[in-house]
Amino acid sequence: MNPPADLAVVGAGPAGLAAAVTAADQGLSVTLLDAGERPGGQFHRHAAGEAHPDTRHGRRHYAPRARRLEEHRRTGRVRHLPAHHVWTVVPHPGPGGAAWTLHAVAGPDETPATVHARAVLLATGAYERQLPFPGWTLPGVLGAGGAQALLKSGPVLPGRRVVVAGSGPLLLAVAGSLAAAGVRVPAVVEAADYTAYARALPVLVRNPAKLTEGALHGGALLRHATRLLTRHAVTAAHGTTRVEAVTVTRLDRDWRPVPGTSRRVPCDVLAVGHGLVPQLELATGLGCATRRTPDDTPALVVDADQATTVPGVWAAGETAGVGGADLALTEGEIAADAIAHALCGTPRDPRRTAALTRRRARLRAFADAMAAAHRPGPGWTGWLDDTTEVCRCEEVTAGRVREAVTEYGAHDTRTVKLLTRAGMGWCQGRMCGQAVARLAGEPPAPDRRPLSCPVPLGHLAALHTGTGPADPTAPTTPTDLTNGGTP
Amino acid sequence: MTPYRFTFDGTPLTAVPGQTLAAALWAAGITSWRTTRHQRAPRGAFCFIGTCHDCLATVNGRPNQRACLLPVRPGDTVTTQEGTGHEPTRQATGRNTIQEGPGHEPAR
Repeated sequence: MNPPADLAVVGAGPAGLAAAVTAADQGLSVTLLDAGERPGGQFHRHAAGEAHPDTRHGRRHYAPRARRLEEHRRTGRVRHLPAHHVWTVVPHPGPGGAAWTLHAVAGPDETPATVHARAVLLATGAYERQLPFPGWTLPGVLGAGGAQALLKSGPVLPGRRVVVAGSGPLLLAVAGSLAAAGVRVPAVVEAADYTAYARALPVLVRNPAKLTEGALHGGALLRHATRLLTRHAVTAAHGTTRVEAVTVTRLDRDWRPVPGTSRRVPCDVLAVGHGLVPQLELATGLGCATRRTPDDTPALVVDADQATTVPGVWAAGETAGVGGADLALTEGEIAADAIAHALCGTPRDPRRTAALTRRRARLRAFADAMAAAHRPGPGWTGWLDDTTEVCRCEEVTAGRVREAVTEYGAHDTRTVKLLTRAGMGWCQGRMCGQAVARLAGEPPAPDRRPLSCPVPLGHLAALHTGTGPADPTAPTTPTDLTNGGTP
Repeated sequence: MTPYRFTFDGTPLTAVPGQTLAAALWAAGITSWRTTRHQRAPRGAFCFIGTCHDCLATVNGRPNQRACLLPVRPGDTVTTQEGTGHEPTRQATGRNTIQEGPGHEPAR
């Protein structure tokens, strides 16, 4: 068994990577666990077969930290465990001051792995918020972030003619990347209205880099003859075995489709996403408190040091509230400094702390303004007909959910789930949770899932009998417990 | 780098080393490699980050593998996954529909 690390970092995206190298710089022993094969997370994606991610951001932010990670790995200060999916973190006092045990499933063969640490930093990132619409289960409809992932790490062009739709700044970045790669992007369909940003003018002025970024994206779209349709939504996707066209409809202020404004746009792929949702199950499993961000999304409560409400557990990046890579890096560094101070008494440089704190406040204010501007309006449920599948895994329609609410009196997600099985499938409500909550008439609740990813039953059995990590040579059952009990 | 060879439903395909199964299939123009449990509807990759589980495939006889996370390995045999992946396939049973267990019925 490896000796306990001072710090276990979960997630090697911008926040986790920054935190791991900063903590190691200060002398801490760090174990960095990440679901990905290579560090960088969803933001710094590597193309298959390439040594380094080829992005503008990559060169500036990623390369120096990846180099430091490599140096720390060579000296043994950082233990990097790629392809490790952490499925739970439990308090577990042990030798060497260990306070936490992290359980992971490693590699394609799903071998069990256990890490002990004195402190934990959760940098588990986010996934895309999806609002259902008729046809969204057709092959060829994919997440906007998914299209970016396919393009960056595939590296594969998702299609020849790709409509990008949903809400949030990611859409412009995705459309820009696709167009630059030679994909025809006939339209970016944005449900919000950019005039909403005008309400946050002082915040915009303090973030000129963000404005420049927006202008660059806008310019790129103009060059590629992509139309930006604000206050519009894709309200249906059409096709038989895969998407062939989409219906684009104008929305009112509340995202309600305006009758008589629909038009059909041919495409072979639809890339769609409505912003990001923090991935919280490890944290909520530990009892960390959550708050609600301006787009009604649950995120972790953290203090000035990025500490969660559970002593010994810190959080950085999207886990603490979606805000982009620059904010994630800043939060990762603040957390690492605080952890080194808390664990080893490493003195903090007040000027550095003040600068990081100012930077965080400025970027957080921008993130909040953005979240408010793209907050889904209540009227989007108007584009769901009763046959629209809301829960992709269990194939539960909007009609069944509405019936549960109106006929059986279900007024919360949990009751709807029990009555219809919505959210009980493989993804455990990650795709439909927001939609089901809205249809049930309540704001989306923080994730509460005992396991954060599928786990072979043998691993759980080994824990229960106290035999420690399961024998990796034993046959594992590929059944998982996260699908609500269905085999 | 030499491309990896693998098969999908018996068709030989190639993958760039390090490429995920979903990306390799998508590159070959294949956007669907699973059918759903109830409607038998075609599905493929949706989120591409391992969250939605829509991209499940049967790889070397093992069902429910997330194709968007799984790097292709040389010689992999990939087949379309039907239903839960644990049921006998249509070909094997000679039936048009697959019997669902009681756990699949909605609780109403």
